[in-house]
Amino acid sequence: MLMSGLVLPGDVIPNTSKSSLKLGPGLLQLSSTSSKHVISTRAGLLNQTANGSSFWVESNSRRYVPAPQEGVIGVVTARAGGGEAYRVDIGSAHPAQLDGLAFEGATKRNRPILKVGSLVYARVSLAHKDMEPELECFDAQTRKSEGFGELKGGFMVKCSLGMCRLLLNARHFLLPLLGSTFPLEVAVGTNGRVWIQSGEVKQIIIVARCIEAADPDGGRMDENQIKTFLQKIDP
Amino acid sequence: MRPPSPSIPEREFALSVLKQSLRLDGRTPLEMRMPAFRFGPELGWVECALGKTRVVAHVDAKMVKPLPERPFEGIITIHSELSPMASTEYEAGRLSEEEVLLARLLDKVLRRSDAVDKESLCILAGQRVWHLRLTLHFLADAGNILDCACLAGITALKHFRRPDVEVIGDDVTVHPPSSRAPVPLSINHTPLCLTFAFFIDPETPPILDPAQLEATLSSGSMTLAMNAQRELCVVQKAGGVPLPVDEILRLVEVGVQKVKELDVLVEAALQEDWKGRRIEVR
Repeated sequence: MLMSGLVLPGDVIPNTSKSSLKLGPGLLQLSSTSSKHVISTRAGLLNQTANGSSFWVESNSRRYVPAPQEGVIGVVTARAGGGEAYRVDIGSAHPAQLDGLAFEGATKRNRPILKVGSLVYARVSLAHKDMEPELECFDAQTRKSEGFGELKGGFMVKCSLGMCRLLLNARHFLLPLLGSTFPLEVAVGTNGRVWIQSGEVKQIIIVARCIEAADPDGGRMDENQIKTFLQKIDP
Repeated sequence: MRPPSPSIPEREFALSVLKQSLRLDGRTPLEMRMPAFRFGPELGWVECALGKTRVVAHVDAKMVKPLPERPFEGIITIHSELSPMASTEYEAGRLSEEEVLLARLLDKVLRRSDAVDKESLCILAGQRVWHLRLTLHFLADAGNILDCACLAGITALKHFRRPDVEVIGDDVTVHPPSSRAPVPLSINHTPLCLTFAFFIDPETPPILDPAQLEATLSSGSMTLAMNAQRELCVVQKAGGVPLPVDEILRLVEVGVQKVKELDVLVEAALQEDWKGRRIEVR
């Protein structure tokens, strides 16, 4: 059973003096010589597990803060490091660095060349709040591409971070609903960007509008409302 | 911090969509987003939203000495500053090109078109006139912040009521709103702004009320300010796309229709808000 309450940044969280505590996103532990307490760094709903051992804050926003092992969609903005690496914009405060050899099976003689302006689906390998994040285009364990790499064609839409988390959840209704209507290929980045590819231009526009409509920060429609919406825009 | 230019898939997809006379948000090329108005508790405060683009306009008035070269006219000043709140493109304190164009156009449309009768703002010739200050706050820029700002500005001016003033000889009495109902401004006409965006490809039709991506990919734009009486107040054409005369005239005709519809909308919104207020008790 989960219990929740509204918190604002800077609020002190009660009942956190246990020795082994798991702090999830949105919480920070401040320790000084006199006291140790946990404060919230975001505005949102505070949740905790029933036995009070894990706490986290659920919130929605549009600005991305990079965290390691997250899949993100970036736009290549420049070639850096003497042509060996790429500078990629992932919507964070600092531009990210993607090494030219960070692809599956890439060697110095044989590696993909990305043009400025291309879209990539990459994994954040290094993220600290004061440094430039680093990206890699292969899975950490298997060292294979597993879907990472350049995204060709299609279209990219921006949405809130909460919407991305919903789309990544296999139990959310939207993508299966759209996928049952027409062929669809989607890449969801946790940085608030979604890449869409489908057979026809009109279908891509429909998917983009549905994502915007179901966004908790935008249309906030639920399943039935989306079905009505689909009837209206795709007769 | 300037945002990066659109990625190659976004650019190619958006241009191919526009070429087919479709738009990314499902509108037709010459369809405008429906404006939504929200009036504040104070008279002269209005928030105008065109889709996700939002601007707040606020009018206030105080009595000052008039300019020596124009002793019979009131003074109107417009304050509009783009801050990073509107979009990450704008930097606080740095005057960007968009800001300059915006300020110039607002000046032409709201001040120099004589929408508000300045002589009606005179209280005592040569000594006391009303100084109207229109302040615009840009809350969010999802494309076409210019049209939204003009709409908010003119609606705020129509919404505003100034205190009633009685002049007997040289004696000026300002009646507070609690004793005498405040008086509306004398508005000559309602100029409304429409922005069209053009693209290099000659097969792509011009679009009305561009969204952010469409505006970034466009290569030229034309802004028309007109009133419901079919009078052209301002024509501003920016960017190097050459346009044939008949195309411009066609867009002006389209503009006339849209302005008539917008005018009806603005009036309806003002009437609706007026019904809910208690300004005078008879």
